Amino acid sequence: MVENQNTVCFRTMHLPPERRYRLEEYRALGGYQQWERILRNRIDPGDVIEELKLSALRGRGGAGFPTGLKWSFMPRQAPGQKYIVCNSDEGEPGTCKDRDILRYNPHQLIEGMAIAGYCIGATAGYNYIRGEFYEPIARFEAALEEAYGAGLIGKNVFDSGVDFDLYTHLGAGAYICGEETALLESIEGKKGQPRYKPPFPAQAGLFGRPTTINNTESLASVPVILEKGGQWFLDQGRPNNGGPKLFSVTGHVAKPGNFEVPLGTPFKDLLELAGGMQDGRALKAVIPGGSSVPVVPGERMMSVDMDYDSITKAGSMLGSGAVIVIAEGTCMVKVLANLAHFYAHESCGQCTPCREGTGWLARVLERIRAGQGQAKDLELLDSVAGRIGGRTICALGDAAAMPVQSFLKHYRHEFEHLIEHGKSMNLA
Amino acid sequence: MSDKITLEIDGRSCKAALGEMIIAVADREGIAIPRFCYHPKLSVAANCRMCLVEAEQGGRPFPKPVPACATPVADGMKVQTRSHKALEAQRGTMEFLLINHPLDCPICDQGGECELQDVSMGYGEDISRFSERKRVVQDEDLGPLIATEMTRCIHCTRCVRFGAEIAGVRELGATGRGEEMRIGTFTAQTVQHELSGNIIDLCPVGALTSKPYRFSARAWELTERDSISPHDSVGANLQLHVRRNQVLRVHPRPNEAVNETWISDRDRFSYQGLNAAERLDQPMVKRNGVWHDIDWTSALKLAADGLRAVEGDTIGCLVSPRATLEEQFLLQKLLRALGSGHIDSRLRQQDFRGDASDPQRPWLGVSIAELEQQKALVLIGSDLRAEQPLLAHRIRKAALAGAQVSVFNYFNVELTHPHQSFTAPPGCLLVELAALAAALELRGSSDAVRELIGLAKPEDAHHALAQQLRAARNDGNGLILLGALAEADPDYTLIKALAEAIAIGSGVRLGYLPSAANSTGAALAGALPHRAPAGEVLETPGLNAREMLTSPRRAYLLWDIDPAADVLDPALAQVALSDAQLVVACSSFRTPALEQHAHLLLPISAFAETSGTFVNAEGRWQGFQGAVAPPGEARPGWKLLRVLGNLLELEGFAYDSARELRTELETLCANSSFDNSARALRPALKVPDIDQQLMRVGQVPIYASDMLTRHAAALQHTPLGESIAVHLHPEQAGELGFAHGERVSIRQGDATATATVVITDSVPKGCARIPAAVPGSETLGAQIGPVALTKARG
Repeated sequence: MVENQNTVCFRTMHLPPERRYRLEEYRALGGYQQWERILRNRIDPGDVIEELKLSALRGRGGAGFPTGLKWSFMPRQAPGQKYIVCNSDEGEPGTCKDRDILRYNPHQLIEGMAIAGYCIGATAGYNYIRGEFYEPIARFEAALEEAYGAGLIGKNVFDSGVDFDLYTHLGAGAYICGEETALLESIEGKKGQPRYKPPFPAQAGLFGRPTTINNTESLASVPVILEKGGQWFLDQGRPNNGGPKLFSVTGHVAKPGNFEVPLGTPFKDLLELAGGMQDGRALKAVIPGGSSVPVVPGERMMSVDMDYDSITKAGSMLGSGAVIVIAEGTCMVKVLANLAHFYAHESCGQCTPCREGTGWLARVLERIRAGQGQAKDLELLDSVAGRIGGRTICALGDAAAMPVQSFLKHYRHEFEHLIEHGKSMNLA
Repeated sequence: MSDKITLEIDGRSCKAALGEMIIAVADREGIAIPRFCYHPKLSVAANCRMCLVEAEQGGRPFPKPVPACATPVADGMKVQTRSHKALEAQRGTMEFLLINHPLDCPICDQGGECELQDVSMGYGEDISRFSERKRVVQDEDLGPLIATEMTRCIHCTRCVRFGAEIAGVRELGATGRGEEMRIGTFTAQTVQHELSGNIIDLCPVGALTSKPYRFSARAWELTERDSISPHDSVGANLQLHVRRNQVLRVHPRPNEAVNETWISDRDRFSYQGLNAAERLDQPMVKRNGVWHDIDWTSALKLAADGLRAVEGDTIGCLVSPRATLEEQFLLQKLLRALGSGHIDSRLRQQDFRGDASDPQRPWLGVSIAELEQQKALVLIGSDLRAEQPLLAHRIRKAALAGAQVSVFNYFNVELTHPHQSFTAPPGCLLVELAALAAALELRGSSDAVRELIGLAKPEDAHHALAQQLRAARNDGNGLILLGALAEADPDYTLIKALAEAIAIGSGVRLGYLPSAANSTGAALAGALPHRAPAGEVLETPGLNAREMLTSPRRAYLLWDIDPAADVLDPALAQVALSDAQLVVACSSFRTPALEQHAHLLLPISAFAETSGTFVNAEGRWQGFQGAVAPPGEARPGWKLLRVLGNLLELEGFAYDSARELRTELETLCANSSFDNSARALRPALKVPDIDQQLMRVGQVPIYASDMLTRHAAALQHTPLGESIAVHLHPEQAGELGFAHGERVSIRQGDATATATVVITDSVPKGCARIPAAVPGSETLGAQIGPVALTKARG
């Protein structure tokens, strides 16, 4: 069994569900003490950032960029408004971890955002929450009200002269608004389309001002890192892969759910936490980091540890930590056709390869799935995917291309069978 | 530009400035990189992905192909635009662009001049790998100027960025996601900005094409001829596309100093008037009230005999400020040789009391390009976007760069950038200006100005503006501009005196927005009663445009004007003409008023049909050749005048070519520089009664500016093609008991008309905006003057 579960973002999970998200419970756990300590002692932001760097906290939204380093990019001394933005748009298929932070530990996120704001010189923050998160939105807004009421955020917090105002902003259903610059466009009231970089948000972000955007889980980890120390956090995981991480385990498992376990936990242990395979079926494949990352065959996965570097070595990515477990008997053509449909539907339409290419992939895959495929279609799919990947402003193009290439690499025979026989080899 | 760094593109060493994009450097070096969304005048979108190239910096290759339009150069960078990796990326994008494109080139107007077609020749495949169904997009009606075929759209968003960045109005936008992304008017309106036709040029495919030109020719059938726009005082550089002696469309010719790469819709679509049914293509004489065709010999003899039969001093000549420099020059030569000094091209001016003290050769005061650098701009009496669409664009650029723009006008003008409005009816506008003078603590050099300053009560806004002007003085970037509407003011001289006082007092420059293509040139041609050629001052001036009508002449020579539209006071003009013994009208069009009042109609060539020169607002001489022959018997104006001069046995009409004429003018004007300082103290004038009655303000709508434009059908069908109406402030309408849409009688002295009431906040109390030069306004009086409104009977 995995030890050291629920030590950071899920540290309220031992409480009865209706009490987890309350301010008094959070404070009883030591909540808001780091924020208060920083303000009362005028801790140098540089020291906080050093602690984060030591912790090896890597961005939990999917890219895995070191959070401390990201904060250090902000021109914190520059005059004028700066912003901290939390990305709670959580749209990556298979991912549902940020939702549970908003539901069960919203104050830790608020504290994390306040500390981040202080460290980067931002007196205002936005939490951009996925529009479909009705309950989490209400929870977060209620927590925000509690925090304001208790004087934990707002103007002149703890008489320190430091202001921090926090606003929620709701998405409207577009996956692409989880891309950080499309998210900024959306907050500005524009069509959600990623921006070309440079300039990076740290130079010109929200409303043209320097901005840092972090994932919900990254920000919510900050108070605990400061409380227990960067070294402690690092020790929770592995070198360069500090801390525990939330994994959303879904698919053909007995007990799907979110699990906070140390980075480096073997996949097989995580699978066991999720109750093992559903109905005792055999493991066929795993998409280890959300639908955008390459698929890994099951047998390979059973020897992989769940941290950024190990999964990269296995030919995939840790991504957002959404572990999609696929059992034998599943038609991989159908899985891929479904994924391709998703990316075609969610492409913002800005860049030619993604706008035109994702629809092409989806149509060809749907045709193959329906038994209308041709032998040359596989080469076409591979080529079209190759012409999308790496050619677009944001990573959605890559996200659409990578599954196609990896499915064709590992499960080509299933596609060939379907094309040849007009029906799936996985018809139970 | 300082060349600071060196990079290598395709093995060639290139100098570049820091911050430049790869594509800009490659363009300068003549290295072709395919592109669709990139345009040097628009922001970088980097969305088409056609310009992907391979690059490396410091020996480390970029992991992915980079967009040349959005990747800044760096010292030592190496760029490969045609490596295997680059070409594969470009071919990939090309394939994606073509899969959903209809490839209907044979029936597409863009065929033969299509960027997609051209680039696909180099980067596309012969056979498509795409065997799914193609996308079909429903069209929207963008109005009478722009035809749409949105299935062809490749989503480069140039048109969208043009609206947001150049026009200043987001008329088009992208809606929908992914494949479903659409370019359209998300608010379901037509596209009506006065520069919107430029999106036809910007569109790299056949999604946006010219509606009037649609299906009339193929690009390769057209011959390109350079020309100059005959409308506003910019003199936009044009390229006329001609087939079989017909101008089929008009494109901009890039000239950074003048029109950049843009032209206004008026410049672009007015050519339609060339083929209007109302063209005058035959000399005609009126006998017993009936018009008869006659030959040129008889017509010219009739004209010469008629002019000889009256005393020189009883001839008056009203000449269009859009006539060429050569035409204006020959006309004044003819008039003055006949013994008349009565020639004027300031047809919309009302107050000429400043003539003796006016600047010798007025002009814009700065170069057109310098408008962009101004820090404080004050516009007086100008409906800027209608009068000077491209200067409005320059001023918008200045405003976006932080310039403070203030507008003193009789009604609120809609500008697409931040500005401050000082709006007041005629008379009261003087007091507004005086308040600015007072805020500058000026005392005024004449009694009238002193009195006005005494009346003024400067408010915070005036003080703030005074501060802006003083601040702009320090780097010489302040400008006060007098517009075309101010010219029509009954107290134009006072406006000029105040503007001069403010300019001198605050240390900024003063400029004139000359209303038409050759208004500035008229002084050089001598087509003014108080100016000889080269703008030399005449101490005994002839009668000005208004005096020629208030002291009627026995004979009139009209040059390319419609007396019912192209003068300040059509009613007055028509009374004077109807009493004359001889009215010779040289015109490109027949109009009802010309047919009614003229005795002889001589057909002259219009824009594009003659060679000539226009001197634009900044004093730039721009010559052009005729592109097509005039219709029927119509002849270039300068030739007609040459023959008429010879028939009248006058000296100095023996020109063999237009070139000879131009050379003479150039020699004559070699030392004629422009200068806006008043020649003498402004005369003592009475301050008008400020609390006066209701005043008409008749601005000339953008598509009513001249005969050619008024005969261009598509422009007339746009929402900017105004017709007569009475625009009133809600309180004014309330006091008069008028409801919106009600028919009212307009009376200006003896002049009357009827129109419907439009209630609007954009007009101040005390002012009735009733447009001039539009259908229904032919019988009205002065553009600015007292007006009485009553409910129309029946």
